Amino acid sequence: MTCEQRRKIEGRIALTLSTLAALLGLFWLVFILGDVLVHGIKALNPSLFLNDPTPPGVEGGGLRNAFIGQLIITLCATLIGVPVGVLGGTFLAEYARGKKIARIISILSDIMVSVPSIVIGTFIYAILVKPVGHFNGWAGAVALAIIMIPVVLRTTEDMLSLVPWTLREAAFALGAPYYKVIVQVVYRGAATGILTGILLSIARVAGETAPLLFTSFNNSFFTLDMKQPMSSLTVTIFQYAMGPYDNWHAQAWAAAFVITMFILILTIVGRLIIKWRYR
Amino acid sequence: MATASKKNPFDLIFSSITAISSFSVILIVIGIIYVLVSESSLAIGKFGVIKFLTSIDWDPVKESFGALTNIYGTVITTFLSLIMAIPVAIGIAIFVTEISPNFLKGPIGAAIELLAAVPSIIYGMWGLFTLSPIMSNYIEPALKKITASIPLVEILFRGTPMGIDILTASVILSIMIIPFTASISRDSFNLTPAVVKESAYALGATKWEVVKNVVIPYSKLGVFGGIVLSLGRALGETMAVAFVLGNNHRITTSLLDAAATITVTLANEFTEADKDIYLSSLFYLALVLFVMSFIILAAAKFFLLKAERKYSR
Repeated sequence: MTCEQRRKIEGRIALTLSTLAALLGLFWLVFILGDVLVHGIKALNPSLFLNDPTPPGVEGGGLRNAFIGQLIITLCATLIGVPVGVLGGTFLAEYARGKKIARIISILSDIMVSVPSIVIGTFIYAILVKPVGHFNGWAGAVALAIIMIPVVLRTTEDMLSLVPWTLREAAFALGAPYYKVIVQVVYRGAATGILTGILLSIARVAGETAPLLFTSFNNSFFTLDMKQPMSSLTVTIFQYAMGPYDNWHAQAWAAAFVITMFILILTIVGRLIIKWRYR
Repeated sequence: MATASKKNPFDLIFSSITAISSFSVILIVIGIIYVLVSESSLAIGKFGVIKFLTSIDWDPVKESFGALTNIYGTVITTFLSLIMAIPVAIGIAIFVTEISPNFLKGPIGAAIELLAAVPSIIYGMWGLFTLSPIMSNYIEPALKKITASIPLVEILFRGTPMGIDILTASVILSIMIIPFTASISRDSFNLTPAVVKESAYALGATKWEVVKNVVIPYSKLGVFGGIVLSLGRALGETMAVAFVLGNNHRITTSLLDAAATITVTLANEFTEADKDIYLSSLFYLALVLFVMSFIILAAAKFFLLKAERKYSR
């Protein structure tokens, strides 16, 4: 075999292997999503959304408490996490632009984005559950907010940095103070980007389970009281999937289907907005 | 910069609010360290640092706790999943940047990133209901048969294939981290200047030789950063492994045995801890995990920043 032939064959083998790798990645995606789809749709029915759980063995139970609980916890987490994240990102990109402190906070946030979420659960347990004496919905919301803050903060910082500096100078020239420039000019320029960041961060925390395990815990009854233990879809999936009953498993699949669709749609919408706005 | 306008009182208020918001990140990090250390002080006092990290005891009844079985489980699942994920992830990155026709680049990249958006609890549940039976019925018996006659390797596959074991957990973990590594590798590959690649093609290099000798050496820092980042992520993953790892506080040599990672122990035992020393030891475990992942993530960030600086030159 000549040297040329060997090089060609070697190249072909390597390129085939990487094509196979890509196919393997797609295979997992189709396998997992397909499985969730097939099992989930089978178990989907109106009573799932309208009824509260029934004791094991009794037909017709649903997960209304978990759906509502998940909504409330995620909403409260968003209400806490988004303002702090957006304002924090504003500080880094505007008032502290180019300063060392901005760099430190930015790097620290990047690390916090990937810190194990279960550690944040234990942290919140120590400060919000132990002193109160029982699990509560607020603790879950704060735990999710803490995961959300660094994500929103970093996207906001990046998006504000994309707004051209000359735009600010134009506003300064009209005599506007800096806060007015930020609120009326910079925020408007970066609005789509910040919104996308918020959407993606909601998608991120909506699927979190570990930080809720020992903060909001679980509740088999319907409650709107954030001071009480509160059920969430993800913790319910964990409990039901590990449980021994077949109808629990079916409901866990249905819940998994709903939450996966919610997150994937949010993610796809977010990415489409980015593509359309920042081509 | 517009410091002059700070004289405006509203501006002072607004800038202070933003400053407080961003300092909250520092506050959270310090808060986590402080709270975890103070909550685990009971266990730190009783077991010390070295003894806790090297003891294989985990006995709630005798109130004797050590982290080694948990650390072992964490390290072995992370290590195995990285070995399985890295070649696939780099293959995907090569495919997306160099081989794929242009109209496929976007959709395939997006599909791989969707894999990253799927919540970890879905991976865990899918692993329990779908992957684990496949592993115990087909893949693990096959692996046993193949390795039965090879000394040393055979030790890794002793025991009954149950599907709830280190191997299954590592496979799920590897599927989870493929997208992280792949997307960072792809971004690093994309930064290789076209001129450099074209020069190699002009010398008569094949596509693979360009990838092997030009693209990979040029972007190795970024790829390495991506790998370390996935390592940090895999270390702290809870739900994906909690379903299929069992909760077995023993150091096992077989990949077909159940084990426990730090995260799985926390998820399973935190709400059951009835004694102060038990809870305190669990906080101690959380502290160990936090320190481990913080150091690894900081290292990843360091490599990625270094890579960024190199490319922007």
